[in-house]
Amino acid sequence: MNEKKMRKNRWQTVIFLLIIIVLTYLSAAITSFNFVDGLATIPKAIGWMFSNLMVTQETLDKLPTILEKLAETTFMSIAATTIAAVVSLFLGVLGSKVTKVNNFLSVFARFIASVSRNIPVVAWALVLLISFGQNSVTGFLALFVGTVGFLTRAFIESIDEASQSSVEALIATGSTYFQIVGKAVIPQSLPQMISWVLFMVETNIRNATLVGILTGTGIGYTFDMYYKMLNYNAVALVTLCIVIIVIVVDLISNYVRKVIL
Amino acid sequence: MSLLRVEGLGKSYTADKQILKNINFEIKAEELVSIIGPSGAGKSTLLRCMNRMVEFSEGKIMFNNRDVGSLDKKELRNVRANIGMVFQHYNLVPRLTVIENVLHGRFGYKTTLQGLLGRYTEAEKERAFYLLEKLGIHEHAYKRCDQLSGGQQQRVGICRALIQEPKLILCDEPIASLDPNSSKIIMDLLKSISTEMGITCLVNLHQVDVAKHYSDRIIGLNKGEIVFTGTSHELNEEQINKIYGTKTEDLITA
Repeated sequence: MNEKKMRKNRWQTVIFLLIIIVLTYLSAAITSFNFVDGLATIPKAIGWMFSNLMVTQETLDKLPTILEKLAETTFMSIAATTIAAVVSLFLGVLGSKVTKVNNFLSVFARFIASVSRNIPVVAWALVLLISFGQNSVTGFLALFVGTVGFLTRAFIESIDEASQSSVEALIATGSTYFQIVGKAVIPQSLPQMISWVLFMVETNIRNATLVGILTGTGIGYTFDMYYKMLNYNAVALVTLCIVIIVIVVDLISNYVRKVIL
Repeated sequence: MSLLRVEGLGKSYTADKQILKNINFEIKAEELVSIIGPSGAGKSTLLRCMNRMVEFSEGKIMFNNRDVGSLDKKELRNVRANIGMVFQHYNLVPRLTVIENVLHGRFGYKTTLQGLLGRYTEAEKERAFYLLEKLGIHEHAYKRCDQLSGGQQQRVGICRALIQEPKLILCDEPIASLDPNSSKIIMDLLKSISTEMGITCLVNLHQVDVAKHYSDRIIGLNKGEIVFTGTSHELNEEQINKIYGTKTEDLITA
């Protein structure tokens, strides 16, 4: 890279930053968002949170019900993720350019992944709500569909990255397709895949809360109910429980990752 | 009698560019033949045509009296099982143990289910350990392959090829990623495989001196055409210039 080019690059950075500043200012102006006012409300918001969102003695009575709903949501998320992982494994193997059976199935697998990934989980929940009604199947399916999309994509990349060269070697020994997938591709990319599955379990527990609000099930429904009853103390307890469970799952999955990778 | 006969072999990926043009050669059993030539001459493609890892466009390859080009899926699998392959980057499954990788060489002789369940016979296991010991890496048998050095991994790769009980081993730049010491070990091994075990070796090489030292015969490839075939002694400076298109003194030959 010569001097002239470096100078040009520096100018590009400056122009890029200027564009971002202008865009930010314009967006704020259009939506009449005032940054200073926004900042000024933060102390007030924190004050409100401290006075209302406190876990009190009487809300603790509700703890058993909350925990039951929380367990339901957690297990539903885990079930949705693991079942989605099995489906994604097949789609991933079909979709990867290393292990694809033919181009048609490869494009097909990628297409399914792309459609289910690019429609937000919330949108899936609302769409499925129409056909399945307000029950936990709807929530389960919404999480399942979103997870299949994401995991298929992640698995395709794990497989592509991990196993191109050993696949070539095994084809050369006269191995069959399933021998190659079972004995080279999956052993090599499995840790990466498990890592993605754990990531999705965490994400889905968080998403399940949101989906629950829409489908009227699990911890999301509990949250929504107390919120609408203006029982902010109970809302605080629900939130706290969700935070704790997410942290716990996060710790467990970090530990598992450390062991397998 | 020749083990491998190539007649009028041609390969093109697109209509206007031919990677290989009218390749003819014959290899007798127990020979070690090197293919040398500049990068992009088509060495790797030529090697991969032998077991149809690359489908060739024209010509004929006879391996062990079978027409490689006309095989169906099952027959091709059988021919591939009889041809070992060794790669520049070893192409092992890094997370699996050495012994598992060696036994992968038996998949060509097994049904899908036997392979998936890892049903190897005692004889196969004994053979695997025998080969590992012969190549001096038996103490690493239960280690994961990614814990081994390059030279050791290449020896695992050779073990995987040998356990196929092949008639021919194709080596694609087997020493291009190795240090001089490991390179010598690997080339000595390949030489003894051809002389002692009677397995024919077809080796792609970058280093002219290595090719001259180890090969029974050398094939020189330039721009997809054979420009030289002969013994190491017949490969003189003039011929090297013809293969590489440069003067010998401009090349790092060792």
